[in-house]
Amino acid sequence: MHETVTLTLDGETVTVPAGITVAAALVNRPVHRPVIRGVDRTLERTLERNADRARLAIRTSVTGAPRGPLCGMGICFECRATIDGRVHVRTCMTLCRDGMEVVSGV
Amino acid sequence: MCEERAEVLVVGAGPAGLAAAAAACESGAEVLVVDENAAAGGQIWRAHRGAGVRPETRALLERARRARLLSGAVVFDAALPAARPHRLRALVAEGGPAERIAERVAEGSAEQSAEQIVELVAERVVVATGATELFLPFPGWTLPGVLGVGGLQAMVEGGMDVRDRRVVIAGSGPLLLAVAASLRSAGARVLGVFEQAPRGAVVGVGLTLARHPRKLAQAGALLARLASVSRSYSSWPLRAEGDGAGGGGFLRRVILRTGARDRALDCDLLACAFGLVPATRLAALLGCTIEHAVDRGARARRVVVDELQRTTIDGVLCAGEPTGIGGVDLALAEGAVAGHAAAGDLDRARAAVPRSRRERRFAAALERAFALRSELRDLPADDTVVCRCEDVTWGAIRTWRDGRQAKLETRCGMGPCQGRVCGVALEALLGWPLETPRPPLIPVPFHALADTTSETRIGPPCRPNSGATSAEARGWLEARPEGHFKAR
Repeated sequence: MHETVTLTLDGETVTVPAGITVAAALVNRPVHRPVIRGVDRTLERTLERNADRARLAIRTSVTGAPRGPLCGMGICFECRATIDGRVHVRTCMTLCRDGMEVVSGV
Repeated sequence: MCEERAEVLVVGAGPAGLAAAAAACESGAEVLVVDENAAAGGQIWRAHRGAGVRPETRALLERARRARLLSGAVVFDAALPAARPHRLRALVAEGGPAERIAERVAEGSAEQSAEQIVELVAERVVVATGATELFLPFPGWTLPGVLGVGGLQAMVEGGMDVRDRRVVIAGSGPLLLAVAASLRSAGARVLGVFEQAPRGAVVGVGLTLARHPRKLAQAGALLARLASVSRSYSSWPLRAEGDGAGGGGFLRRVILRTGARDRALDCDLLACAFGLVPATRLAALLGCTIEHAVDRGARARRVVVDELQRTTIDGVLCAGEPTGIGGVDLALAEGAVAGHAAAGDLDRARAAVPRSRRERRFAAALERAFALRSELRDLPADDTVVCRCEDVTWGAIRTWRDGRQAKLETRCGMGPCQGRVCGVALEALLGWPLETPRPPLIPVPFHALADTTSETRIGPPCRPNSGATSAEARGWLEARPEGHFKAR
């Protein structure tokens, strides 16, 4: 069973395994980081980790701090995002569906 | 809005709820199970992506095959004062009426579609709403990358990729080791497990395991899998630091204290929670008596039940973690008692009681071993955010007299989570009892509430002194002038 579904996360089209949550799809997003050639491996790894950490943020708090999932089970509302126009949906409780449009970061 | 009627309504499809459903079916009752997740199994038997429903879940679903299961349904309201027949309202993320479990056993879940409100009408209700993790605030706990212990596990089971991630696990309880093993299987690098309880206390629990051979075998297998993972006792996180200015941004490292020694560990993820607390909101809404043993910490809160799991409200029973944290075996035992009792089969219910009593004793030993140390109360700094929804800090909260006053003055607990995180933390840190929740228990969109196709209305009036009824609250919400909302 290797079905996939395709949805858009903040305008970017991604294909993910069927059955994963929207929260998982958001934090699994491929990282876009500037390619810097000629740096040593340790620095490259550090750059990769720095870019990587940003993926874990799903919303912005009322004072502007980035926040990511905490409870994973629908209690904390930290992973909430707008899905198909509906605001404040708990993405950890929502499975990815074909054609879904997810807007995070608000 | 449609209506679902049943003789016995079970809220929650974890071990307690499914055991209750199975027992009630076997006692001949007509049963409806509602659960907020996409698939049955609760948190402990969460359907793992790709692997489908767990065998334990499947076995209970088989026994409950005459019952109906409504997945993706969150109970948010009830007719008050609660009386037979009980009327609860659920927001359902999936269309159509509940299907028979037998048709669902294969996949344990169903397609989700447009949401709607379903009114649930039942003579007896079994509340099996499980537990949530106890999160205690410390500097940096709001950084992305700091999750709960069960929280990270749930995310991974939902498909989060943790391969090659450096993970520190901290907090308290048996869950720490179980999650460490499971994260390693998922490809994470577990840098260490930090338990706040002293080693001696935990070893003491190990000794009582001798009387529970099955648990002993499980513990042994777990420790064997974790042989190469460093385990520290009497250890707790002092703060998490981010990669941004002033320690903000995203999680970069955690500082942990063991005895008099502090150490810093660079990590990608910190999984931290201090055990489980009973999820008592629905029981409290229904008016069930809740024992608030605040002197023994948040984890001691529980729904008061008699030997047959009956609460103080006629026709409302409660089983599993809401009656006191006890783990899966106790939940199964209590669920069986509650299911038979809810079906009116008191003889079979009584026959199932001794098993639940034995499991309760083991749970009490666990509770003592993992008792929270007082140093944890000193972890938050004055600028540490405690209410994550409204960004209210420890310094702004701690000077008020109680939770109600802090809420009115600071908005603490007034965000979407309605105090599920900060209210429980303040219960543990300051001994402030949780307030009785008011409907709706989760944020419900107006278009769903405004569904006028309803032929039944949730009944008026409310318990004395319990605040507005749901209908009144809604009227008030609708009438509230725009300017009343907080300006941002």
